[in-house]
Amino acid sequence: MTQYAILIYENEASYAGASQEVWQTAMEAHGRFAEQVVEKGGKILGGEALQPTPTATSIRGDVVTDGPFAETKEALGGFYLIEARDLDHALDIAKLCPAPYGGVEVRPVMDTSGG
Amino acid sequence: MTGIAAGGDAAGGDAVAGVATAGNAVAGEAVSAAVADAHRREWAFVLAATARVARDIDLAEECVQDAYVAALDAWSRQGIPRSPGAWLTTTARRRALDLLRRDRTLRAKLPLLIEPDSPPADGELPGPGGEPGAGEQAEDDVIPDDRLRLVFTCCHPALAREAQVALTLRLVCGLTTAETAQAFLVSEPTMAARVTRAKKKISAARITYRVPAAAELPDRLDAVLTVVHLLYTTGHTAPAGENLVRADLVDRAIGLARMIQALMPDEREVRGLLALLLLTDARRATRAAADGRLLLLEEQDRSRWDRAAIDEGAALVTDALRGGCPGRFALQAAIAALHAEAPSYGQTDWPQLLQLYGELLRAWPSPVVALNRAVVRAMADGAEAGLAEIRELELDGRLDGYRYLPAAKADLLRRLGRRGEAAQAYQAALELTDNYAERDFLTRRIAEVSATPE
Repeated sequence: MTQYAILIYENEASYAGASQEVWQTAMEAHGRFAEQVVEKGGKILGGEALQPTPTATSIRGDVVTDGPFAETKEALGGFYLIEARDLDHALDIAKLCPAPYGGVEVRPVMDTSGG
Repeated sequence: MTGIAAGGDAAGGDAVAGVATAGNAVAGEAVSAAVADAHRREWAFVLAATARVARDIDLAEECVQDAYVAALDAWSRQGIPRSPGAWLTTTARRRALDLLRRDRTLRAKLPLLIEPDSPPADGELPGPGGEPGAGEQAEDDVIPDDRLRLVFTCCHPALAREAQVALTLRLVCGLTTAETAQAFLVSEPTMAARVTRAKKKISAARITYRVPAAAELPDRLDAVLTVVHLLYTTGHTAPAGENLVRADLVDRAIGLARMIQALMPDEREVRGLLALLLLTDARRATRAAADGRLLLLEEQDRSRWDRAAIDEGAALVTDALRGGCPGRFALQAAIAALHAEAPSYGQTDWPQLLQLYGELLRAWPSPVVALNRAVVRAMADGAEAGLAEIRELELDGRLDGYRYLPAAKADLLRRLGRRGEAAQAYQAALELTDNYAERDFLTRRIAEVSATPE
């Protein structure tokens, strides 16, 4: 099994001022996703939702600035760390990951154990 | 899929078997020719079978290259084997296993190419030792044909299209980086970087070395066929340079289509692609005049079209269309067949063509198809009707910068006698192409429509 990060990029404006119902729907969708990963034979090792980019602080060298590292229309809003057999399996799982206002990026995790 | 030891091309092996008299030195020229022939015919088979053992593309490539070098010497001494592909595969796989046994770091690497079904057991192959003898045939049956795995890995959708094409030429066709770079008119370092990046992604992201499962096969196969078709069209009308056609690329593409068809005989779209390439290529000799001038379909000498290719293509089309709901390659082939079998341009069955283009547009909603349909509509229902469809496409905007849109529009305007507008459109097309033959054609058209006042 290999570890992959599923990075969720979405348009933050869609969540700004969203109703309780929208949040509820999103939470339920992610709950369902967690079940589907297991059904697909994968495993969720971790994952978090992030506060929106206005809360971000970036540091380059010694310079601290307000805002995200890169200003983009769709920003990193959360991630999962999963385990899958291979890329096809990981993509199969990632296709189920909720991201109604954007999409996801799948990245293999680097093995730094030096083995 | 086992049992076809040397790429299913027994004729190639038999042809040289006559010189394989063990113990006698074989003429250097015959050996070089046999090795070159085996490179052209068997590369994909040898590399694909070796990759399964090496489980790393770079290692497999290195071992296969070594095997071809070893063949030059061994075949001179022992004679040319009856099945060169099997000899090369056995030699390359032994080398890979040797290196893996000896080199702890190689072995410690992740199994980069995953073999999901049955991991290769060491016992599958004879232990390390000398090269296989010239007449060694016993192992032929145990070397499975992995060429499809190789093709599907090279054309995995997680790789960029240009990387898929580069990998296919390099790994499946055995072209060097220099040859691949030349084919796509990029510098050698650029192509080398492209190939290296793609190989790194295959191993780091763990793109599996396998033929996709039935559920994902249609999409994945379409990607493979698109790559082969792209190779063909790049050769068919080279994007730049003096020659309209690059025969090397065209032949590679047809060879690939034949190989995939032999390996997947039940896939109708594969048949459709092969038919399309054969039917289009049947016109190769007549697409340009002796002075290099581009000849339109209506100007081509139909008696010089390759009848054998047309017959083969037409038979494949019939099979590809059988069973309903044909795919985009089968439909394009059907269109090509209709052109190929028309006795003259004027006698082309335009209404039938228009219907096929309609079906094609449903199977493959591409603006390029819509443009082609507009041209056919003009033939079936008059230039005005075609022009109206082209105008819609102009508004749509997806074909901005596509040279055949202003060229098609110019031609219809010319036929309607609207010479000033035609000249403008030809000029617009001219600004979008660097192919010498096409530039020459458009320049002459501009002169023609400008010569006579409106």
